[in-house]
Amino acid sequence: MSGQASARAKGRAVAGNTLAYVLLAVLCLIWLIPIVWIIVISFSKGVAGVPNYFWPKYGLTFQNYTNLFSNAGIKSGFYFPRWFLNTLLVAICSCALSTVLVLSVAYALSRMRFHMRKPLMNVALVLGMFPGFMSMIAVYYILKAFDLTNTLFALILVYAGGAGLGFYVAKGFFDAVPKEMDEAAMIDGATRAQIFWRITVPLSKPVIVYTILTSFLAPWADFIFVNMIMGPTAYKNYTVALGLFRMIDREHITTYFSMFTAGAVLVSIPIVALFISMQRFYIEGITGGSVKG
Amino acid sequence: MEEKKASRRTERSGLANVLVTLRTQLTFLVSSFRKGDGRTRLSYVFMGFSNLARGQVAKGIYYLVCELLFVAYMVTSGARSVAGLRTLGTQTQHIEAIPGQVPKLIPGDNSMLMLLYGVAAILLVVWFIATYFWNVSSAVRAQEFQQQGKPLPNFRTEAREYLDAKFHATLLFLPVTGVLLFTVLPLLFMILIAFTNYDSSHQPPGSLFHWTGLYSFKGLFSNSGVLGGTFWPVLGWTLTWAVVATVSNYVLGMLLAILINKKGIKFKGFFRTVFVLSIAIPQFVSLLIMRNMLDDFGPINGVLQQWGLVSKFVPFLTNATFARLSVLVVNLWVGIPYSMLITSGILISIPKELYEAAMIDGASPFSMYTKIILPFVLFVTAPYLITQFIGNINNFNVIYLLTGGGPNSLTYYQAGKTDLLVTWLYKLTVNTRDYSYASAIGICVFIISGVLSLIAYRNTKSYKNEETFQ
Repeated sequence: MSGQASARAKGRAVAGNTLAYVLLAVLCLIWLIPIVWIIVISFSKGVAGVPNYFWPKYGLTFQNYTNLFSNAGIKSGFYFPRWFLNTLLVAICSCALSTVLVLSVAYALSRMRFHMRKPLMNVALVLGMFPGFMSMIAVYYILKAFDLTNTLFALILVYAGGAGLGFYVAKGFFDAVPKEMDEAAMIDGATRAQIFWRITVPLSKPVIVYTILTSFLAPWADFIFVNMIMGPTAYKNYTVALGLFRMIDREHITTYFSMFTAGAVLVSIPIVALFISMQRFYIEGITGGSVKG
Repeated sequence: MEEKKASRRTERSGLANVLVTLRTQLTFLVSSFRKGDGRTRLSYVFMGFSNLARGQVAKGIYYLVCELLFVAYMVTSGARSVAGLRTLGTQTQHIEAIPGQVPKLIPGDNSMLMLLYGVAAILLVVWFIATYFWNVSSAVRAQEFQQQGKPLPNFRTEAREYLDAKFHATLLFLPVTGVLLFTVLPLLFMILIAFTNYDSSHQPPGSLFHWTGLYSFKGLFSNSGVLGGTFWPVLGWTLTWAVVATVSNYVLGMLLAILINKKGIKFKGFFRTVFVLSIAIPQFVSLLIMRNMLDDFGPINGVLQQWGLVSKFVPFLTNATFARLSVLVVNLWVGIPYSMLITSGILISIPKELYEAAMIDGASPFSMYTKIILPFVLFVTAPYLITQFIGNINNFNVIYLLTGGGPNSLTYYQAGKTDLLVTWLYKLTVNTRDYSYASAIGICVFIISGVLSLIAYRNTKSYKNEETFQ
């Protein structure tokens, strides 16, 4: 009797698991289709405009990739290699700057007690509720007043400038580092700065990696602020996101769609590789930051 | 009940706090002047004098330089900037034509620059007032030290303080400066613009704009007129979109998490990575691909026609209803993995006993989901849910990259059928330069998010007892 019941339960579990595998496989397929499509198209011959097929019709080629780096591409105003280096430079600088800023704010608000602490946190909360694009045009005029528009330096400033507001995840992490260690170090005569550098920072590897990762990736994805800072003629100072975006606007899409696919794949590869290799830290970051109920 | 009352009391104290602080600062100023000796009193006029005269040279010079710089600034341009805020310019530029000569352009005022410099000047004045108070309290402290016969801390000891007890000031200096310059100043500027008529027909320097009070808001909220006729439907769609997108992502993401974490499923890491791919790929890449896949003449329509499922293309992004459904569905592709990651962690933390007890009672998987898993996860993720809702109200990328807000509507002003408030704001800023309306919309979005966040944060335990939680 009980043997029968357990066999039935086992059968049900197997059936359930098979169903789960089938479902997961279908879902994976759906999630991968757009990715596979763009990779396939980027290697396809004879693509003019947006193709209306999934599988290449006219054979495979590397032409779309070589076009990106050829003189023909550069003459038409699409300096892909240059954009790539621009983005890398901006990403490295703004990432270094914003990581320092975020960690500083997070540590000060988590560990230090001073009378402006609560008001500062409330102000940060309020500032975060305004839509980001609202201040866009004012940022542009401020940069213009310093004669910085059309420069990569302005981009770094814009990405890192507001970074101090993104302290929540790091603060949540610091909050969880036991305070007793600080107190013990203080009894030994360590200053706050020493505690920060020698105790808190070494203990906070996950959240530091998370901060570096997110601030490094931001410039690769943004096309709004670049679009605003770089006027229509500053082609050479574009970042990849804006450059690729321009490739498929209405007047260029029929000629440059294939080049866009190749560029998109090239940009995505390093980002995805970086992201996947660090996904543990990313997951720790988002789950730690948002779930602390 | 008791808790609610307490939280209400702290809410009310926000503005009151500021007033109380101001009053104590002012009484401090007066009483210090009464108690102060000559040198301290002189610091009220020549900042840093008390410190200088008592040997704290570096500090004294710092305050003195601050004062000199501020006065120089106010005399040269600051005072004019503040005064300019009142009118925002009176002289429009014009062309002077003297017969027999080449017409000359006579430059006039620029309302936009006047407003920007005015706001910056006010921020500087606030900074100076704060410095002034620090100067007085530093002067008083120097006097007290001297009267008690204690040695005055020299520059080095005070500088060292900034690595220890005042380390927070060192840490916060740069970030706060950055935020002031790139967030606070621009935001103040834009908020003020909502109360002017800085729209497409008032563009300086060609023409000036002026303070118009609530005019832009009245235009947006009016029941007649094309602006109101755009605002209300766009607001309606924004809220519908936010509710549907949040709930669908959340529920389906959780189901996916349950599926992946199901007992006996192998390759969990692989499956998770496949879905994480859609977070890893930059949105402008993945969403632009989707846009082209869903194009009227794109591959999806191509295949559907080839298979004979449809005779004419499906207007995925060009018909209002289809476009709205499409953005919601594509948003699932973007959003499900994210909520899958968030809920995965929580699912693992559900006590095993709960499952076992339910199993013994013979609960079906469905009732297990609705009776145990959902309530538990809902409880833990309520703040996350509200954050997601606010995130969706501001979900610029999905809409802008997929449909660009389209299909456009003839009855709307500069907006399409899938436009959210934020994408409409963007279009008004970039395409038509209707800054005043854009700012007013921004303030509306702020109010919506603000009210929701207040509900979310005020009711979470971590906000209420931050100290005990640590």
